[in-house]
Amino acid sequence: MKIAIASGKGGTGKTFVATNLFYVAVKNGRNVTLADCDAEEPNVEGFLQGKPIRKKTVSQNLAVIDPEKCVYCGKCRDWCIYNAIICLEEQQKIYLLEDLCHDCGACLVACKFDAISETERRLGTVTTSVIEEDSVLTEARADVGIYSSVPVIKAALTASGTPSLLLMDAPPGISCPFITTVAPADFVVLVTEPTPFGLNDLKLSVETLEQLGKPYGVVVNRDGLGDHKVYDWLEEKNIPLLMKIPFDREIARIYSQSLLVAAEDDSYAKQFLLLLQKIEALCKN
Amino acid sequence: MKIAITSTGNSLDALMDGRFGRCMYFVIYDTETGATEFVPNPNKEALEGAGPASVQLVASKGVEKVISGEFGSKVKAIFDSLKIQLVILKDPHITIGQIIEKFATQKK
Repeated sequence: MKIAIASGKGGTGKTFVATNLFYVAVKNGRNVTLADCDAEEPNVEGFLQGKPIRKKTVSQNLAVIDPEKCVYCGKCRDWCIYNAIICLEEQQKIYLLEDLCHDCGACLVACKFDAISETERRLGTVTTSVIEEDSVLTEARADVGIYSSVPVIKAALTASGTPSLLLMDAPPGISCPFITTVAPADFVVLVTEPTPFGLNDLKLSVETLEQLGKPYGVVVNRDGLGDHKVYDWLEEKNIPLLMKIPFDREIARIYSQSLLVAAEDDSYAKQFLLLLQKIEALCKN
Repeated sequence: MKIAITSTGNSLDALMDGRFGRCMYFVIYDTETGATEFVPNPNKEALEGAGPASVQLVASKGVEKVISGEFGSKVKAIFDSLKIQLVILKDPHITIGQIIEKFATQKK
């Protein structure tokens, strides 16, 4: 089973929920992998220290155009659906916008003058660490400044294989990195907070998941903060509220020391196990 | 000299479009003849690379100047190397006719 933990808004507690779910699943003898797909700012490793066993570099091919061989016919530009090539016949100029090149290879096929070749561009790394026997962390880490972290996230998901339980800590927002992470999921846990920002971004996430046809439920973090509008909206939309995590200084203290609340406080271990069981039950329906 | 102006509509009364890559129309104005051509922007709903595709469009029309409200980071360097001048107008109420008028009076 594959569960993505996501949120529209950043800082609502995705990693908090993902790491604690991972902890209780491991304690219950599950074969579980946690994929940290927040490639632009991976931080799961701060909470789960393991032994790195593999580190893979992720790269993509990038088209290179040789202006000496180019006849400015414009065929490569016509074939590039990403608008990465500008070719001006009259001015005898050709440009490649590296950020827009998606490594599809169409321009290489299009060019009949052998003017296009490929070079490799590094995008990031995927690190696999063993946390405990049968439980693994795979971390996607994008290099600073790259245009899209999607290929790095895909590589991390591939490296995660097919454990009996795969947890995916998604990047915030609803753009391509989020879509890439939730696409393989059987269920998506949306973590939000009971504030106007939390509700606004929750609505955007829900709208996206509805379009993708993904089953989902909501965890409200920092319950007691803000107002009641998130709860009213969930009820109105008939969206399952899976868990409420209180706005509690003790949780903040534990989290700030890079510890897991489920490991420190047995009542939370029980609640996170209950969350896992609820998700599994909803998946079977 | 030919000039491209981004436009919200296909008449001289239309307001200038504040966006370059995703504008509704490009007006190609010839300062010598006074002729105007309104070209619907085929890139206005492109998933990616609307800016570069619009550079392709205006540059292949042979313009030497582009007037718009703003230009994205991807296109500025390319316009530079093509020696096409960019003019940023921060007036949301200016019409295409008013912009063209300015060139016409300059000529006199």
